[in-house]
Amino acid sequence: MIEVRELTKQYRDTVAVRDLSFEVPPGVVTGFLGPNGSGKSTTMRMIMGLDRPDHGSVAINGRAYHDLAHPLREVGALLEAKAIHPGRSAYHHIQYLAETNGISRHRVDEVLDMVGLGDVARRRVGKFSLGMGQRLGIAAALLGDPGVLLFDEPINGLDPEGILWVRNLLKGLAAEGRSVFVSSHLMSEMALTADRLVVIGRGALISEGTVDDFIAETAGTFVRVRGPRLADITGVLEREGANVVAEGDDALAVHGLDAAAIGELAAAARLVLHELSPQTASLEEAFMSLTRDSVEYHGRTTDVPVPTAK
Amino acid sequence: MTTLTIPPTHTSSATAGRSHLLRAEWTKLRTVRSTWWTLFAMAVVTLGVAAIAGATVSHNWHTFNVIQRATFDPTGITLKGLLFSQLIIGVLGVLVMSAEYGTGTIRSTLAATPRRARVLGAKAALVGALALVAGEVLSFGAFLLGQGLLRHPAPHALLSQPGVLRAVVGGGVVIGLLGLLALGIAAIIRHSAGAITTYVGLLLVVPIILQTLPSSFSQPILKFMPFHISDVMTSVVTAGQGSSLSPWAGAGVLALYAAVALGVGGYLLVRRDA
Repeated sequence: MIEVRELTKQYRDTVAVRDLSFEVPPGVVTGFLGPNGSGKSTTMRMIMGLDRPDHGSVAINGRAYHDLAHPLREVGALLEAKAIHPGRSAYHHIQYLAETNGISRHRVDEVLDMVGLGDVARRRVGKFSLGMGQRLGIAAALLGDPGVLLFDEPINGLDPEGILWVRNLLKGLAAEGRSVFVSSHLMSEMALTADRLVVIGRGALISEGTVDDFIAETAGTFVRVRGPRLADITGVLEREGANVVAEGDDALAVHGLDAAAIGELAAAARLVLHELSPQTASLEEAFMSLTRDSVEYHGRTTDVPVPTAK
Repeated sequence: MTTLTIPPTHTSSATAGRSHLLRAEWTKLRTVRSTWWTLFAMAVVTLGVAAIAGATVSHNWHTFNVIQRATFDPTGITLKGLLFSQLIIGVLGVLVMSAEYGTGTIRSTLAATPRRARVLGAKAALVGALALVAGEVLSFGAFLLGQGLLRHPAPHALLSQPGVLRAVVGGGVVIGLLGLLALGIAAIIRHSAGAITTYVGLLLVVPIILQTLPSSFSQPILKFMPFHISDVMTSVVTAGQGSSLSPWAGAGVLALYAAVALGVGGYLLVRRDA
């Protein structure tokens, strides 16, 4: 369990994280989403006691990181790939981490085998690929068999087989009752892996809840309605409190009523419908619509207008 | 009779924590090649200079004039190579800290041990011990090698002569203290290149700048320079006693430098974001 309370962090003139509060409960994968530069890594470093917040606090299993006697046995983290001395072997990197927290040599071999680096453990890390570096970072996170795990962009640099492995690993760790917190800027990946989401933009919380709620709330599920007498239909639906937006000349996007209710109302008013279809936005669309205003760095493609949400 | 033994959990776990940390830092120190290369380089220059000094003095003794013969210090001359080792141990001391920042390992280290002052303490204990042991081995080695090569009529020194043992032991002490100074500088500066430059600047460049200034101004400061102190500490015959600190006062000053650098470095390590 991670509890983040009112976390604020300022670097010189930029506020990296602003009054951020959320929880990472046990037993599920909590995705941490935000555009590049939105403060995800800063938040993770503050959870790990590496950066000092200007305001607010983090509790891990009810205690501050600094007060954990053997932190690696309670929290495991992959914060950056290959943040390891290139001249040291994978084995020795994990070995020294184990020694700091009184973890056995046997466990060192075990986690290296677990991530598939058993055969190359004695090789120097400088010769490792990015994907092997990620695996080594994951081995370090798993070393103390901790109940709380943080992964910052764990699938970066992994091949498809590695991505699948990480996905199953995260779900498996959560299924064992651990609190799993994974950051990513890839919505599609989060849609496959996460149960809950914490979404931030420009360092502030935008949304916290289940993936399904997030999609429903934001891009909003709506119902597309087509028919010959759209103006009359609009009047009927708006009287019932729906929010109706025209989609071009021949369709309506109806928010606030489900398809069954719309169908009943149309029938009661003897209005013909040609289409009555519930629309669900993808997580990606939901995320885009939510964070468009808080993206720090916009790219531009020549002469192509930025697509707006349909 | 039942004896109830309550394990002293708090103290024992704290002690265990420190021994775990020492072992972990030792693993880090011994598993990078730079540690062994720097020690090897120190051995080559220190013993090499001792051998060259012993051989050339013996060969050229007949060209020495009366004053040169009177002030000849067979101990000091064979320990001159330690000056190079003082620069090289700085590289080792710096890298123990700065390589962690350069590679990002520091974040793993501090996540594993959030009590940051203990991390620097463990590093200081190991760097200090390794540098001291290496320094003493090389100092005694250089002395014995050099004396063995000094041939009659050039005089040679014996450890039993006054001041000789002090000078040879002092040579190792200098290496140990300067290793700690370098570690402290690296904890403050955090970049390998910057920390090594600062260290070398303090040892080599500051005295050179001082010597370009009027001696009434530079003399009182020069005796506090590490190279000057180490020269006094590794010599038996010293010229101009008045302008130098005594060997042990010098050692105290070096220890003070190391303590200040480690103190400031430790304070910054605890305060700053990793």
